[in-house]
Amino acid sequence: MRAYEDWVIKAETKGLKISEVILQNQMEELEQSEQALFQRMNKNLNVMRKSVEVGLSGERRSLSGLVGGDAAKVESHRKKGESLIGEQMSGAIAKALAVVEVNACMGKIVAAPTAGSCGVLPAVLLTVEESLQVSEQEILLALFTAAGLGMIFADRASVSGAEGGCQAEIGSAAAMAAAAAVELAGGSPRQTADAAAIAMKSMLGLVCDPVAGLVEVPCVKRNAIGATIALSAAEMALSGVKSAIPIDEVIDTMAQIGKQMSCALKETAQGGLAVTPTGRRIQADFL
Amino acid sequence: MGKSNVFDLLGPIMVGPSSSHTAGAVRLGAMAKKILGEEPIEGTITLHGSFAKTGKGHGTNLALVAGLLGMSPDDERIPEAPKMAKERGLNFNFETSDLGDVHPNSVKFNLLGVNGGRVQVVGSSIGGGSIVIREINDFQVEIKGDYPTLVVLHQDLPGVVAQVTLLLSTAQINIARMLVSREKRGAQALMVLETDQRIDNAVLGLMRKLPRIDQALVIESLE
Repeated sequence: MRAYEDWVIKAETKGLKISEVILQNQMEELEQSEQALFQRMNKNLNVMRKSVEVGLSGERRSLSGLVGGDAAKVESHRKKGESLIGEQMSGAIAKALAVVEVNACMGKIVAAPTAGSCGVLPAVLLTVEESLQVSEQEILLALFTAAGLGMIFADRASVSGAEGGCQAEIGSAAAMAAAAAVELAGGSPRQTADAAAIAMKSMLGLVCDPVAGLVEVPCVKRNAIGATIALSAAEMALSGVKSAIPIDEVIDTMAQIGKQMSCALKETAQGGLAVTPTGRRIQADFL
Repeated sequence: MGKSNVFDLLGPIMVGPSSSHTAGAVRLGAMAKKILGEEPIEGTITLHGSFAKTGKGHGTNLALVAGLLGMSPDDERIPEAPKMAKERGLNFNFETSDLGDVHPNSVKFNLLGVNGGRVQVVGSSIGGGSIVIREINDFQVEIKGDYPTLVVLHQDLPGVVAQVTLLLSTAQINIARMLVSREKRGAQALMVLETDQRIDNAVLGLMRKLPRIDQALVIESLE
């Protein structure tokens, strides 16, 4: 089974970034050139940028009417200089909401790792891009870091809400985004592992309880919170804070918790917020 | 499932909201169209399980029609698909029903094509946008759309399978997977062959001329 630790050690020994180790690994496994892999990743990045832009600009409603317009509210609050938690954090929240609103309104997004968790990674990376001087090439490399860590989640646990609950979707996304943000901010390979572990630890046990079975409530706002957890974890790791439990063990724990979780709490809409009086009413009105 | 790669974790690029209820649904529609082998002009689409229950909010019905119109999962016109179908005079009706012991995200298509062809297809969206076709005209199959696939309706007699595989081997076409099922001994049977190489029309023409072959159809792989 793959382990993130192996990549950290390889990167440290050879003086490489984690993303460079993952890139080499994928060139071998997919038998594709570096250029071809970059081109494919660049398509993802372009769609991510576009989904943020589209989501921040409009006030569309989803088919159910439950979702839409919140990204614009946060962005406008931020632009008035009224942010409580600072420009960057507020911007990350707006961007995450934007992407998932585009998703709920049948717009184009990149599943990262899933459609239900598509807001976290673009929000975090584009927020770091606004704060720090980084090149396009570095952002693409950071996407390889995120995706490479995602592969470990898929191998050792799962990124599906139906299998692991929301911890497997937005939790994985937050860990992937935290590792990518650390690399983008110039952190070490070890620090990417610490950030990922800290982020995932904060998402453990998160249930998947979509109201009326739709990827809307509570999913959209959870993406925004996932983005802030990713940035907080990255900030800690970059400051030298370590995770007491290593990332691979945290991922195994997530898998274990997913198994222990009742099926009612794993995307079946039979537990959690989906069965609150309001959740049931929305479902009845809607179906 | 094999080892994942970076593009399994970042991707697909798709129109939301759900990879199984939307992206997978587009691919199911696209696959049903390929199996019909011509432009569908009329059809009944029966939604089962989670497709029936939460399909509306996920745009599953829009996505299925988009697939029947030949769109891919990242086509931004997916929400417009029913309108586009109407403008082209295509008529697709939706029903919900229990299709029995199948995956919760399943659908049955009853399609009529522009040249008069008819087909009944049952398929499931099995997660992450992946699909599997389970039934064609009441025959059990397993087609995932990742290989070019040859579907042959034939009589259940000795030597028919050998004729077909000989023709493929002569054309230098390698078989990756193969499934034969039949109604009963000596009656009609169905062969499904997934191949590594494309099967061109010349090979298909020869196949159709073979004795005891009732129908042969090539379904190209999804992109």
